[in-house]
Amino acid sequence: MAKTLLRMKSITKTFPGVRALNDVCFDVEEGEIHALVGENGAGKSTLMNILSGVYPFGSYEGEIVFDGETCVFNTIKDSEKIGIVIIHQELALVPYLSIAENVFLGNERARRGVIDWSETYARTDDLLKQIRLHENPATITKDLGVGKQQLVEIAKAISKDVRLLILDEPTAALNDEDSNNLLNLLLDLKKKGITSIIISHKLNEVEKIADRITVIRDGAVIETLDNATKNIREDRIIKGMVGREIVDRFPKRPPHARGDLALEVRDWTVGDPLFFDRKKIKGVSFNVHKGEVVGLVGLMGAGRTELAMSLFGRSYGSDFSGCLFLGGQSATLHSPKEAIARGMAYVTEDRKSAGLILIDDIRHNISLASLGKLSDKRGVLDENKEITVAEDLRKKMSIKTPSVFQKVGNLSGGNQQKTILARWLFANPDVLLLDEPTRGIDVGAKYEIYCIINELAAMGKAIVLISSEMPEVLGMSDRIYVMNEGRFVGELDRESASQEAIMKCIMQSNREVA
Amino acid sequence: MRKLKEMFMMNIRQYAMMLALLFIVLLFQYLTDGVLLRPLNLTNIIQQNGYILILAIGMLLCILTGNIDLSVGSVAAFVGAVGGTLMTVWKWPVIPSILACLVLGILIGCWQGYWIAYFRIPAFIVTLAGMLCFRGLTLVMLKGQTLAPMPDLFRKLFTTFIPDVLGGEGLNYTALTIVAVLLCAFAFFELRDRQNKKAYGFEVAPFPFWVMKILLVAAVVTAFTYQLARYRGIPMVLVLLGALVLIYSFITRKTVFGRHVYAFGGNEKAAKLSGIDTNKVFFLVYANMGLMAAVAGLAFMGRLNAASPVAGVNFELDAIGACFIGGASASGGIGTVTGAIIGGLIMGVLNNGMSIVGVSIDWQQVVKGLVLLAAVAFDVYTKKKTAK
Repeated sequence: MAKTLLRMKSITKTFPGVRALNDVCFDVEEGEIHALVGENGAGKSTLMNILSGVYPFGSYEGEIVFDGETCVFNTIKDSEKIGIVIIHQELALVPYLSIAENVFLGNERARRGVIDWSETYARTDDLLKQIRLHENPATITKDLGVGKQQLVEIAKAISKDVRLLILDEPTAALNDEDSNNLLNLLLDLKKKGITSIIISHKLNEVEKIADRITVIRDGAVIETLDNATKNIREDRIIKGMVGREIVDRFPKRPPHARGDLALEVRDWTVGDPLFFDRKKIKGVSFNVHKGEVVGLVGLMGAGRTELAMSLFGRSYGSDFSGCLFLGGQSATLHSPKEAIARGMAYVTEDRKSAGLILIDDIRHNISLASLGKLSDKRGVLDENKEITVAEDLRKKMSIKTPSVFQKVGNLSGGNQQKTILARWLFANPDVLLLDEPTRGIDVGAKYEIYCIINELAAMGKAIVLISSEMPEVLGMSDRIYVMNEGRFVGELDRESASQEAIMKCIMQSNREVA
Repeated sequence: MRKLKEMFMMNIRQYAMMLALLFIVLLFQYLTDGVLLRPLNLTNIIQQNGYILILAIGMLLCILTGNIDLSVGSVAAFVGAVGGTLMTVWKWPVIPSILACLVLGILIGCWQGYWIAYFRIPAFIVTLAGMLCFRGLTLVMLKGQTLAPMPDLFRKLFTTFIPDVLGGEGLNYTALTIVAVLLCAFAFFELRDRQNKKAYGFEVAPFPFWVMKILLVAAVVTAFTYQLARYRGIPMVLVLLGALVLIYSFITRKTVFGRHVYAFGGNEKAAKLSGIDTNKVFFLVYANMGLMAAVAGLAFMGRLNAASPVAGVNFELDAIGACFIGGASASGGIGTVTGAIIGGLIMGVLNNGMSIVGVSIDWQQVVKGLVLLAAVAFDVYTKKKTAK
């Protein structure tokens, strides 16, 4: 029987008006990987913030015992001192500093305030070897991919003699390959005796690497599952998370006939915005029919977002060539404005930085793309109509807030995503390009968004679904295009589509290029 | 009752500013033994600050995009120099000269707007360059000397009062009548808005509260006008300022263009992907700033009755300060025209009050600086509190 490293006893935390955690007990054994799962807002992050000292001692009830000693954390520094390090979802690296500078940021190797660069670089080199990141410590951090940046964060944690590593959604922004790397690294660290707690929405990863899984729902621990033999399945975890068995993770759509051609693209070629002779999209041709959901899959960097944005009024790229047809008619679109006027919509993969006005309310975010519909010829807005429209859509999309006057920045990821969808629903386009519409949102909200997508298809909209989650694309699409390195390398219909078939297309094209 | 509290909390910044203005007015009313609100002094405050407030309106739009304009003082001076030369040296008639000045302002705004919006040179740098260029051009134009006096008609346009056609001993009845009519119109539009909201089934404040609000506004405005009427009535600058406040409040709050400006400042990428021509919005904001700088330049020249090479020095800082004191956010997307005006009035009353009390110019600067800091600190503090 392993020794208990961490014991959190009867933790209760209340915010004004909300009880975020209610009598939570949570144990972690030394040397295990412990997964913490639950829907958004279930209380996972709150619990970890208490553990790492973000919420200081005294702002909650209960007791934390680490390695046999009762702990009083007033700041993050206190928890780091005894070896508890948290890596947040949003990376905390300074982009214009080197790897070495970032690793020892706030913990500089220095004598009397003067930095010892030799030691800094030597120790960073050592750490990078440990985590198998083959980069020069002097490399500027912004030049690394997200996956490698995540590894730098881990190097930073190890440099502080970490005993308990907490990772909040470490793989949310990573592609499959980088995710695998990271998960293998966690297994390595485990062998070296480092205990970790991992928070993740990607349940397939959880079932693969976690030794135990604790499920939190509505601020309480529902159960802790023993996964020592790796026999817990995803469905079992979901059952704990949502409190009922989800029979279908993807809502069924009644059989339907294929409508007319809504979107057709021929030989679409796009250059990099800065180096236009470097092609990002290379002669892509495809089509989408009315009432059809077409999936677009590929590894990260395949060019899916770039393709969608370049089609949407040349929002990305340079040196465009090829033809675009909307509803059978040729269309040359120079700006998103023109694209919207011709019945297109693009839901961005990055809702916070490119989708929403976080400081504004739901109402204004919904009306943003269709102000023309709410104003007269002189450009004067009818605000009452705006409120009515927004209120209708809020109810229809079940955005869970008391009113449309809520600031969007305060909403959960799922509700934010629904707000963007509501914006485009109001714009009433014929063709919707949905880029990662369920990224970082919980199982329940995902299901609601799937229902909305199906409803839109039933209304005769043509939908392009871009997603990094293969099960989602497989479950939702009528047809799937596989993309790799800026090219389309396969087209699969619903019957022949499978994860293996998609990977086969990609591998094959990689071999051809090589 | 809880609803009312929520409504109050949502607009806490605006109310806080109004209370701050009220507090400062009462404080100086006490410190100056009642001189501050005397008819003559009240008129002075308006005429001293009119052009800053006009600049603050234009500046607010720039700040809403998340930028500032450092050139407005120099542009105002340059427009004044050109206008002065047209009228006194070339003997152009007054009205065509004014129109030419306004067009010049727009052209200058377009010039700067082009580099800012279409070339994407940071506004800070473009307008810093403009600040130097137009100050230099002013000196060239005036050969370093002051041009005076201006034609009578021009001076009258900016410094006289609405003529008192109704007569009256020691009390300007025309002013009171005009304000009474405006207040009736205000009440009528408010009532219509309320009925409209009700027709849509929205929640509205209880009727007694609504009546109280209208009465409060009416009382303040009437008292203010009464004091003005005891002197010479409504100054022309106030008419100009009032019209601009109404127009720009309307544009920012009720039009598609206004919404585009807020969206641009809130999240430019999102605005662009929602089909907003962000470059055009950005360009128009700076073109408009040029126009406002020209208006302010003319108003200042009228008051001075001269085109001076040192006109407009530090105007940009006062205008920017007014916006920030009035609750605008430096990162863009937040702020109102009313707020900017209140911010400008706070600065103006402080200036005037301290001068009467006999605080020297150097200490006035210190106080104004601290007020700016305190206002923004209050902002950040309330934001933090509501975020938790």
